[in-house]
Amino acid sequence: MRLTLHVWRQSGPSTPGKLETYPIDGVDADMSFLEMFDMLNEQLTLEGKEPVAFAHDCREGICGSCNMMISGQAHGPWKGATTCQLHMRAFKDGDEIWVEPWRAKAFPMVKDLVVDRSAFDRIIQAGGYISVNTGGARDANEILIGKEVVDESMDAAACIGCGACVAACPNASASLFTGAKITHLGLLPQGQPERDRRALAMVEQMDLEGFGHCTLTGECQEACPKEISIDVIKRMNRDYAVAAARYVEPKETAGAG
Amino acid sequence: MTELNSRIPAGPIEKKWDQHRFDMKLVNPANKRKYDVIVVGAGLAGASAAATMAELGYNVSCFVFHDSPRRAHSIAAQGGINAAKNYQNDGDSVYRLFYDTVKGGDFRAREANVYRLAQVSVNIIDQCVAQGVPFAREYGGLLANRSFGGAQVSRTFYARGQTGQQLLIGAYQALERQIALGKVKMHTHSEMLELVVADGRARGIVVRNLLTGAVTAHAADAVVLATGGYGNVFFLSTNAMYSNVTASWRAHKKGAAFANPCYTQIHPTCIPVSGEHQSKLTLMSESLRNDGRVWVPKKQGDTRPPSQIPESERDYYLERKYPSFGNLAPRDIASRAAKEACDDGRGVGPGGLGVYLDFADSIKRLGKKTISERYGNLFDMYQRITDENPYEVPMRIYPAVHYTMGGLWVDYNLMSNVPGLHVIGEANFSDHGANRLGASALMQGLADGYFVLPYTIGNYLAGVKPEKVDVNTHPAFTDAVRAVKQQGETLLGIKGKRTVDSFHKELGKIMWDKCGMARTREGLEEALQRIPALREEFWRNVNVPGSGASLNQSLEKAGRVADFIELGELMCRDALHREESCGGHFRVEYQDDGEAQRNDDDFAYVAAWEWAGNGQAQRLLKEPLVYENVKMATRSYK
Ligand SMILES: Cc1cc2nc3c(=O)[nH]c(=O)nc-3n(C[C@H](O)[C@H](O)[C@H](O)COP(=O)(O)OP(=O)(O)OC[C@H]3O[C@@H](n4cnc5c(N)ncnc54)[C@H](O)[C@@H]3O)c2cc1C
Ligand code: SF4
Ligand code: FES
Repeated sequence: MRLTLHVWRQSGPSTPGKLETYPIDGVDADMSFLEMFDMLNEQLTLEGKEPVAFAHDCREGICGSCNMMISGQAHGPWKGATTCQLHMRAFKDGDEIWVEPWRAKAFPMVKDLVVDRSAFDRIIQAGGYISVNTGGARDANEILIGKEVVDESMDAAACIGCGACVAACPNASASLFTGAKITHLGLLPQGQPERDRRALAMVEQMDLEGFGHCTLTGECQEACPKEISIDVIKRMNRDYAVAAARYVEPKETAGAG
Repeated sequence: MTELNSRIPAGPIEKKWDQHRFDMKLVNPANKRKYDVIVVGAGLAGASAAATMAELGYNVSCFVFHDSPRRAHSIAAQGGINAAKNYQNDGDSVYRLFYDTVKGGDFRAREANVYRLAQVSVNIIDQCVAQGVPFAREYGGLLANRSFGGAQVSRTFYARGQTGQQLLIGAYQALERQIALGKVKMHTHSEMLELVVADGRARGIVVRNLLTGAVTAHAADAVVLATGGYGNVFFLSTNAMYSNVTASWRAHKKGAAFANPCYTQIHPTCIPVSGEHQSKLTLMSESLRNDGRVWVPKKQGDTRPPSQIPESERDYYLERKYPSFGNLAPRDIASRAAKEACDDGRGVGPGGLGVYLDFADSIKRLGKKTISERYGNLFDMYQRITDENPYEVPMRIYPAVHYTMGGLWVDYNLMSNVPGLHVIGEANFSDHGANRLGASALMQGLADGYFVLPYTIGNYLAGVKPEKVDVNTHPAFTDAVRAVKQQGETLLGIKGKRTVDSFHKELGKIMWDKCGMARTREGLEEALQRIPALREEFWRNVNVPGSGASLNQSLEKAGRVADFIELGELMCRDALHREESCGGHFRVEYQDDGEAQRNDDDFAYVAAWEWAGNGQAQRLLKEPLVYENVKMATRSYK
């Protein structure tokens, strides 16, 4: 098939960007969306132009690198799929497609379709873990966890950190991402000791990074390639409220020897 | 000439690791913070090692080319991780896991390493659960297991079809915690392009910042490479697009021996190639072979849809040839059997390059719900790519390059022959011999990173004084920086007519045809003519657009492809010299009734190749393999 692409080009963070139009021919329905971009880039290179920079790696929907806003939809028209999982059979001959990067204050522009999502790492640094050093863990089967609990925890743990939730949100909130981590760890018995601290610290970091506030519009769960439910946000809000009311930072004890 | 000393501790195999830990020198806790350690890579191996060493007190700097450590290729592992827990009470033990791995590797792995791997496997599961990894559980709350190829016990732990993701997230979170504590300094978007060897020791690296193009040098008391495998030398593989050999290759050129480069794993269950545009191949987890049955039509050229081929006209060839392991035959064997069926004209789908993996019987027996619970996400993935519904029609699968058993040579302490340079995870050659069993790479990566390297590196560091070097004046550093800048400028200056990808694809095709599932002397000799010619053309005719002063994905790729071309040549040379068939290395001339014919008299050694200079053939070093516990036998899965 023959398509017309309008692709966001911006050579760096401080230069202005604009949409460039590229006709592309010979696109096969069995190609993935990113294979179509490979084809475009080969074409641009041979024409002596600079290829489009875009993020990708695994090409199977798990690394969370790819991030294209495709005709206004984060990751494009397929539900529960990432940009790399989208295949060209979702389009038809003659279609025009607009491709832009994620847009959010907390995701600064890098180049073309690449943005900086390191804010997500800093939210995890704030408390998205269980503090156990290597060694000394007790036998794994000594902690009993019901199948339903672990399944629900896994639903939230499936987050790939892609940022589609932020891109789709009218407020550019990172609540689905943060809520998913708080839910993954907060449901498990191992996650209980730090549950209050974690909720407070992660939510505060999310605000510090400049993400917007959640107004529960639900756009995030529509865009999420892992179909994470906004229930995780409700859980985060509850955990945060409880923690804010009862949590006291433990005193550092030096140990008297 | 370099001598390889494997440093295997003396004593009975069950005691070696304990005794060695006792004998090793320790760095006292107050001194640990005086030592700087560089870790390159933050996949399962790198992230677990960096976090654990930081917990112990070392100053760790971690470098990745990704934008976040969470994106490492390990994230894509689907099926599971092995451990000798014997939770299913089905006769598993450390010894059995050890034995299965040695046998699975076709008796080409180092016994002592494999035994240690099996020993620490049980600690990995405990550690991961403590971190919050949501492994699958039974209703009663205990951990669930599944079976994988090459084993007759159920010892594989899993988190749906996303085991690698969950394990990596666990290690990533531990790493992020250490970053927050200031014990790990994380450098993202930083690609290592040189190893710095000063005064006979690995003392640092040179990296290029992929966003700004800045080239900088970093010094440390020890360097750890955890940079993954090199399957992408074939262009098409199941590896992530960015996986590459550059870190290992540049270290190789600085003296690190490259071991068994020709041992590559071709995974039997991947989605077949659909056309010229194909950029990578998608794995369908081996766990599917627990419930899927592999078959082809008995008749050649049978184009009827599968539903119209009656039971009696189907050949369930794995069940027929290997009755005791059936569909769970090891990967090398299952792949070769698929190739044979297709070569025989009985393949299915476009071009006859596919075999069926059929769930109809399991769905009948267990119900669609159970199957969907076990493999739902894999079935969805398959449908998205092929537009076919595997609940209704059998999947079509074909073998694809998946994993590389070869890698930088390391001793028992996971140190290469360059003092101070340690190599862990898929990047080293250590534990899988000529063929890796399913669910054992995650186990090895985490064993190395959590439980082995953090001890053994102390033994090395205790023997060297913590010393600062000035990277701005020490010639080893300034030379390395100059070399990196020079290479970038050269690549940008060629301005030839062919794209980087076109070279990569051509190399991949040579490798797949001549050094893939079946290798011949003639084919390898031909490849050894064609690859140097391709290298020559690359350096004359490649077109790398853009500049080196900002994000330039073509330039990144060009450097990696240049290294792949050199590696490809070495792989062919290794494959040519190994005149036997073992595991993933199948030489057509050496077979016995279709089964691999190993030659223990002449080839029971690790082939480690030492760099001899640009354009020169590498020198072969041999580490003999001595089996004191397992008797070398012809591998049989019949
Ligand atoms: C699709 C798929 C499914 C799999 N499923 C399973 C499974 O079910 N069970 C199993 O046991 N194994 C499985 N494997 C194999 C397993 O996933 C890998 O062998 C393992 O994850 C490798 O981990 P690693 O830490 O060694 O390297 P990787 O995860 O590849 O990490 C490499 C790291 O090094 C960095 N890096 C590399 N080069 C440089 C450089 N030059 N400069 C800076 N940084 C660099 C990268 O940024 C990355 O952080 C699977 C593999 C594939 C492809
Ligand atoms: S919650 Fe969903 S959309 Fe948001 S980062 Fe995670 S996977 Fe992506
Ligand atoms: S490239 Fe990894 S999720 Fe799309």
